[in-house]
Amino acid sequence: MDAQRLPCRAGLGLKPQHYADILDGKPDIGFFEVHAENYMGAGGPPHRYLAAIVERYPLSLHGVGLSIGGEGALNGDHLHRLRGLIDRYQPQSFSEHLAWSSHGETSLNDLLPLPYTEATLDRVVAHVDTVQQALGRSMLLENPSTYVLFAESTIDEIDFLAAIAQRTGCGLLLDVNNVMVSSVNHGLDPYTYIDRFPVQAVGEIHLAGYDETTDAAGERLLIDAHGSRVSPDVFALFRHALGRTGPVPTLVEWDNNVPAFAVLADEARIVDLAIAEARAPGDRRERVA
Amino acid sequence: MTNPPVGQSDFVAALVDPAKAVPPGIISHRGDSDAKRFAVYRNNVHVGLVGVLAAKYPVCRQLVGEAFFTAMARLYVADHKPFSPIMMLYGADFCDFIGGFAPAQSVPYLGDMAALEEAWSVAYHAADDSPLALAEIAAFDPEVLPDLTLTRHPATGLLRSAHPIGSIWSAHQAPGVPVRPGAEAVLITRPTLDVKVTAIPVADAAFAQDLLQGLPIGEAVERTLAHHSGFDFGRAIAGLCSLGAFSQAVLP
Repeated sequence: MDAQRLPCRAGLGLKPQHYADILDGKPDIGFFEVHAENYMGAGGPPHRYLAAIVERYPLSLHGVGLSIGGEGALNGDHLHRLRGLIDRYQPQSFSEHLAWSSHGETSLNDLLPLPYTEATLDRVVAHVDTVQQALGRSMLLENPSTYVLFAESTIDEIDFLAAIAQRTGCGLLLDVNNVMVSSVNHGLDPYTYIDRFPVQAVGEIHLAGYDETTDAAGERLLIDAHGSRVSPDVFALFRHALGRTGPVPTLVEWDNNVPAFAVLADEARIVDLAIAEARAPGDRRERVA
Repeated sequence: MTNPPVGQSDFVAALVDPAKAVPPGIISHRGDSDAKRFAVYRNNVHVGLVGVLAAKYPVCRQLVGEAFFTAMARLYVADHKPFSPIMMLYGADFCDFIGGFAPAQSVPYLGDMAALEEAWSVAYHAADDSPLALAEIAAFDPEVLPDLTLTRHPATGLLRSAHPIGSIWSAHQAPGVPVRPGAEAVLITRPTLDVKVTAIPVADAAFAQDLLQGLPIGEAVERTLAHHSGFDFGRAIAGLCSLGAFSQAVLP
């Protein structure tokens, strides 16, 4: 295993209720991912367990509170805390979202959408540059799940992400569930989205379950819920994505109604099989770290 | 037709106030303004923050039931937005809100229980430090003992309630813990990996309070004896040390 990169295997979100299952049971999981903000306390059990887990497994550090799409300057204290976590745990990957979550002094604890224009592109590029400089490493930026569009948008989401990757050198985190959610919500074809995605920049894939409702016009509206198994249509889209990307570290996210660890391990096994199928001999493409 | 940009201030203003209209310029793929779509964000924010409180206050939730807790938490969330992206810090004043929330007065100790659960969360995430052992105090010359001050361990919290909140909390962790009516002082510590919640004698709590505020041992003993004639210094200091209340003994 390359110590600087996540292995091209299934990974799982690390949940406190599973610390003991993992340390005692030593399950064969490719990597674990944590939300950085959950480890921004000074000490105690979270750090003790995470330290024990990174001795045995590769780690992906996934931020949810940096607000890279925010209008204001990035939160310097937050960047400093992230740098501290990275120095302490040396994760194989750091990722964040194409979204915003803070405004002024207020944090909204949600990933909010931004319009795609030349002005917002410049802003996000500047923020990603700042992050990569402050952290001393390259990051992955995740495509969002969205429920609304902005009339002012002039750039397509994929072109927007590709431009950020190209201008900052960051990699991309392809969240296949988000692709399904956003595509259904905006009347687009998720397969076309995957086919147009700049796969050479993809350093990780995310999978999750979605919820479903309808909008005011009675159209299907998918909600990125992270509270159930990966749905079959998302899994089929994932296989299609793997056909383009080749093997990629792939995380199963399950943050709400978290089940027993065995259920998560089952999901990981299914993902590992799909990745193995995508691993044609002599076709191991280079990935962005 | 020009499409003026939607500022994030406008977005936030509409996000936190369901009475506000969806900001113009936020549309569906059909081009219309769809309040149900925007409401997904409103709902995510509320449900997410209520979930943060539900996870942080499990005993309060059990005491009032899921429906009451959720309704109360939604009201708190409506005018208390996080000031930090670190959600473990959210809801630190939820106990004060509960104290002033009339429908919760039928459970008179609910606010104090929230304060206990907040202190538990603070202790859980507090910096690591090895607790001061009694032997380290005993190693000082008995002559200087009254002048020693004891440094608070980063995890230590002390609460006093007119209700037996420590016993009630414990009964919610393991059934069969007896709960007797009356006031209780509760010490929250983390001597090793796990947070401990311990009901301690009132005199010991008065003594601990003085020590945690930085008074030297001698003065703390005098002040405690003035109000609690039966105060047993030896037993109190041994108990507080074994619970991990302090991290250092300092001779000024």
